Amino acid sequence: MALAIGCRARPGKARDNRTGSWRVFKPIFDDARCSKCGMCRTICSEGCVTEDAEGRFIPDYAYCKGCGMCAAECPKDAIEMKQEEK
Amino acid sequence: MMQMLEGSHAVAEAVKMSRPQVVSAYPITPQTHIVEALAEMVANCELDAEYITVENELSALSSCVGASAAGSRTYSATTSQGLMLMAEVVFNAAGMRLPIIMSIANRAMGAPLSIWNDMQDSISLRDAGWLQFYAEDNQEATDLHYIAYKVAEDHTIQLPAFVCFDGFILSHTYEPVDMLTQEEVDRFLPKFTPHQRLDAADPISFGMYATPEYYLEFRYEMDKALKQSKDVIAKAGKEFGTMFGRDYSALVEGYRLEDAETVIVTMGSLGGTVKDAIDEMRADGKKVGQLKIRVYRPFPAEEIAKMLSHVKRVVVLDKNISIGSKGAVGLEVRDALYGLRIPVRNVVLGLGGRDVRKRNIREIVTQTEKGQGELFYGLRTEVL
Repeated sequence: MALAIGCRARPGKARDNRTGSWRVFKPIFDDARCSKCGMCRTICSEGCVTEDAEGRFIPDYAYCKGCGMCAAECPKDAIEMKQEEK
Repeated sequence: MMQMLEGSHAVAEAVKMSRPQVVSAYPITPQTHIVEALAEMVANCELDAEYITVENELSALSSCVGASAAGSRTYSATTSQGLMLMAEVVFNAAGMRLPIIMSIANRAMGAPLSIWNDMQDSISLRDAGWLQFYAEDNQEATDLHYIAYKVAEDHTIQLPAFVCFDGFILSHTYEPVDMLTQEEVDRFLPKFTPHQRLDAADPISFGMYATPEYYLEFRYEMDKALKQSKDVIAKAGKEFGTMFGRDYSALVEGYRLEDAETVIVTMGSLGGTVKDAIDEMRADGKKVGQLKIRVYRPFPAEEIAKMLSHVKRVVVLDKNISIGSKGAVGLEVRDALYGLRIPVRNVVLGLGGRDVRKRNIREIVTQTEKGQGELFYGLRTEVL
């Protein structure tokens, strides 16, 4: 995105802010351990976990801030927070 | 037409002819006469502008930010404590790239309270992203307002500007000033056409949020625009010279520099005193010259290095001090001359309205030639 002079912006949506850049720890989902309960999707503060056609839960790393709530709440410990090198 | 005018009134007249659409300011000594005069002009229908009266300087500049973002040519004026109360908005106006013009009748910073002149106020905001012009006399103080509007509003620049002149020494002094006519000003300074503006039918926000991925680049672009403004100043200054005979294309001006061994660097009204002192010293056979800095931001480092490359020694007179360090101009002139092996002495003087006379300049030159002298000049040791 080219800079707008004076950081001027047209009206937009919160979705325009790709909060994934804030992340320090990245949640890694282990589908083998997942029981598909959907807790990660329910608990995600950013609303960025979605379910695909096969019932797998996938985080959108463009928005995931790495808060770790999904990993803390997952009943199967199927989400691991790993420090991310950028 | 040549007129006998008080500095403040000449500036007010120049501002009036620049046709600002919104004026918002709060009176403070020694700036008061400017905004008093403008308020009168608006009340008498001589100036078709909104004059927004406000409760303090923070609101004054905030009003200008709103009005400028809405697409109006705006003007304010302040000094010293008033400028510091504006400080947050000073940075914001530059970051939003709003071409507001503000006169600074330079005054010392409290405490202790002082209403008298030095340059601590505007110098302390040198990092804000505004252009900073410094006038030597009332003619310059007047003309630089037209130049400032023209440069600030250029779409490649879009930055605000201070037009600084020494409080009382210029603001309250009557001098002959060659005033342009309204028709002449209109020919030089066209109507303000904002690059973008606030418009309910086509909404836009100014100065939005920049995450760490973008902030550095925004500051880079401001720095680039401010540095590029050198060319725009040169062009506008030359055009002004062609039209009216006073050429302001140079960011720095030399006086008797050609064969000079010792050069005094000045900013503001001190320049006149120094020129007279130089004439006297030249008559005594001393090879002394002067370099006057008219534009402090963008800082003309290359121009200074070019003009001083041949001299033996330089002394920079600062009417300000970065407490715990040195004078701001001295530091930057030394940086500009780095590698040329020219000794640069820095002198802090004239703070809080202390008079600087020709004999003081002569003494400073004598000290400098001998490699003597402290940072502070003219200390009254008997009270220390």
